[in-house]
Amino acid sequence: MEWISYLGPLWQGAWVTIQLTLYSTVLGALLSFAAGIGKRSSIWPLRILSAVYVEVFRGTSLLVQLFWLYFALPLAGNAIGIDLRLDPVVAGVLALGLNIGAYGAEVVRGGLKSVSQQQLEAAQALNFTPRQTLWRISLPQAIPEMLPAFGNLAVQNLKDTALVSLISLGDLAFRAEQVRNFTQDSATVYTLVLLMYFGMALVLAGMIKLLEMSVGRWRTVSR
Amino acid sequence: MLFAIAWDASSSWSLAVSILPILLKGLWVTLQATVVGFLLAMAFGLVLAGLKSVPLKIVRWPAKLVSEFLRDTPLLVQLFFLYYVLPDYGLLLPAFMTGALALGLQYSAYMSEVYRGGLEAVGSGQREAARALNLTPVRTFTHIVLPQAVPRIIPASGNYLVSIMKDVPVLSVVTVLELFGVARIIGDRTFNYLVPLSMVGALYLILTILAAWAVRTLDQRLPKHGIALR
Amino acid sequence: MSSQTPASPDQTPARPLVRFSKVTKRYGEHTVLDDLDLDVAAGEKVTIIGPSGSGKSTVLRILMTLETLTDGLIEIDGEPLWHERRGDQLKPASEAHLRKMRGQLGMVFQQFNLFPHMSVQRNLTEAPRQVLGLSRKEAQSRATELLERVGLADHANKYPGQLSGGQQQRVGIARALMMRPRVMLFDEPTSALDPELVGEVLHVIRTLADEHDLTVLMVTHEMSFARRFSDRVCFFDKGRIHEQGTPEQIFTDPREARTREFLRAVLEPDV
Repeated sequence: MEWISYLGPLWQGAWVTIQLTLYSTVLGALLSFAAGIGKRSSIWPLRILSAVYVEVFRGTSLLVQLFWLYFALPLAGNAIGIDLRLDPVVAGVLALGLNIGAYGAEVVRGGLKSVSQQQLEAAQALNFTPRQTLWRISLPQAIPEMLPAFGNLAVQNLKDTALVSLISLGDLAFRAEQVRNFTQDSATVYTLVLLMYFGMALVLAGMIKLLEMSVGRWRTVSR
Repeated sequence: MLFAIAWDASSSWSLAVSILPILLKGLWVTLQATVVGFLLAMAFGLVLAGLKSVPLKIVRWPAKLVSEFLRDTPLLVQLFFLYYVLPDYGLLLPAFMTGALALGLQYSAYMSEVYRGGLEAVGSGQREAARALNLTPVRTFTHIVLPQAVPRIIPASGNYLVSIMKDVPVLSVVTVLELFGVARIIGDRTFNYLVPLSMVGALYLILTILAAWAVRTLDQRLPKHGIALR
Repeated sequence: MSSQTPASPDQTPARPLVRFSKVTKRYGEHTVLDDLDLDVAAGEKVTIIGPSGSGKSTVLRILMTLETLTDGLIEIDGEPLWHERRGDQLKPASEAHLRKMRGQLGMVFQQFNLFPHMSVQRNLTEAPRQVLGLSRKEAQSRATELLERVGLADHANKYPGQLSGGQQQRVGIARALMMRPRVMLFDEPTSALDPELVGEVLHVIRTLADEHDLTVLMVTHEMSFARRFSDRVCFFDKGRIHEQGTPEQIFTDPREARTREFLRAVLEPDV
C-alpha cells in the first residue's frame, strides 16, 4: 500500500491544477467573448486587433507562448525599461487564458453567426440598438449553441495546465515528477496521476452538461 | 549538434541570423515528429474506431473508455508515463519514438471520432439503396460509403495534423531536440530567450498559416459528392 | 386617437402618410423595384398582390429599413426616410435619423420571427422597455391588454415554441403594436400557416386595424381577405404597380390583361 502515501503531495498538486483551470478558464471565457464579438464589430481597429490576437495565439504553440511570457517578456520589458517579470502563477494563468480564449473566440463568432438573419431583422424592426440586439437577442440564443464547444475547450484547458509544471509551478504534473524522482515508482505514480486528471475531466464535463441543461430551457420546451 | 555551432550574441539581429540554421534543423525534427505522430494517430484511431463500433458490449465499452481516457488526460503526463514506465518493462525506445508514440496515442482518440463522424455523415438512405440493389456489404462499404466519407475525413484530419504540430514542443521535455527544444537551449546558453522564442513563434505562425491555407484549398478541391473508385 | 374617417382612394389627401417617389431597387443587374410611385394616406389599408418575385415584399422591407434603396425618395409624413435634409440638400440618413423614423413603423413577418428564448410576455415588453423606456408596470399593462385583444391572455408565460403557428403570429402582431406605430406593415402574415390557422390571424388583423384606426400596408396571397379588408389593392408586376384601384374594381373588373391573368390563375386554378 505504498501508493497511499503518494496521495498527499499529489492532492496538493491537484488543488493547484483545479485553481489554475478555474482562473484561466474564466479569463479565457472573457477573452473569447471580447475577441469573438470584436471580430464582428463595425469598428475596424477592433476587428483587426481581435483577428490578430486569434491568429497569433491559435497559430503558435501553447508551450512557446508560456515560455515567451515567462522568459522572454521580461527581456522585452528590460529593453524598454519596464519590469515585466511575471510570477509563475500569473504567467501560467495568462498563457492558458490567452491560448484558450483564442480558440473560444472562434466558438463565439460561430455561435453569433448561427443566429438567424430573421431574428436580427425582427430586432431592427423593433428599433433595438445594435448593442441591445447583441446582448438581448443574439447572445442569449447563441450561448446554448456554444456550450458544448466551450465544454471541450475547458477540458482541453485542464489538460494544458500540466504544461505550467515546466515553469516550476507546483501543479499535479509537477508533484508527480517530484514523487517519481523521490520514489522511482514511475508506473504507480503516473497511473495515479492520469486517473486523477481523468476524474477531474469527467467532473468538469459533467458540470458543463448541467450548465447546458439550465441555460437552454426554452430550446427543449414544445407544444 | 548544438555544441558544435557558435553563435554571435553581440546584437539581437546577429543572434537571430546566426541561430536560424540550427532552428531550421530543429524545425525539420518538428515536422518529422508531426508526420510520424500523425501516421500513428491515424492507425491507432482506425483500430479504436473499429473496436468502438463492434456490436459486442464487452468490446465496445472498454474501447470507449480507453478513447475517453486518452482524450481527457494531458499529453505531457502520457509522455512521462511512456518515457519512464516502458523501460521498466524492458521496452527501450529512442526519445523521438516515445514522443511520436505519445502524440499518436493522444490523437488516436480524436481521429477515431473523425472516422466515425465521416462514416455517419453518409446517410442511412445510401446503405438502404445499396441493399436494395443487392450489393454485398463489402462492396457497399468500399464503393458507396467510403468514397462519400473520405471528403469529410480529410479536412478534419488536416486540422488535427496542425494540432499535433503545435503539440510537438512538449516532446522537448524528454530531450527531443525539436524547434522549441533547440530555442530553449539557445536561451539557456545566451540568456537571451527573447530572440529564439520569438523566432519559434514566428516560424510556427508561418507554418500554421500555410497549413490552414492548404487544408482550405484541399477542402475546396475535394468533390463534395465523394471520390469514385474504379 | 382621433376618429377621422379613412380617406378613400379617390380623394387624394393633401399629404400622404407614406410616399414612395420614383423608388428603384437593384441587386446587381436585377431590378426589383422600378421607378415605383406609391402613396398611402393616414388610416388607409392598402394591400399589395402579385406574382412571386414581383418585388412586393421588397417594398415593405425597404420601408422598414431592412434593405436600402438604390434610387428615389421615401417620405413618412413629409419627412424623408432614407435621407436627411441639410439646408436644402438631401444627405444619406444617419443611424439616429433611421432610428427616429423606424419608431413610426411596425412590422409583422411571414415567419413570425418571435424571440424563441423569451416568454410571450417578454417578447411583447422587451422592446417597449428597452427602446421606448417604458416602466415594467406600463409595459406589462400594455402587454396584458394586447394579449387579451389577440385572445392569448392565458399564454403570457409560455415560450413561442409552445404555441401553434396561428398563436405565434398573433403574438407577432401584438408585439408590433406594443410600439404604437403609425404604420403597420404585414409581410405575407399567413403564408407560413397551416390553412386551418389562417382565419384566426386574419380576424385579429381586421379587428385591431379597425379598433386602432391603423394605417396598413400588407402583402398577401389571401385574395378574399384583401377584397373585404382593403381600401385599395395594388397589383404588382416586375417591380411596378401594374394596376391599382378599389377591391371591387380590381377583383370584378380588372383593366389590364396581366391582372386578369393573375387573378384567374389564383382564384380559379386549373386543376
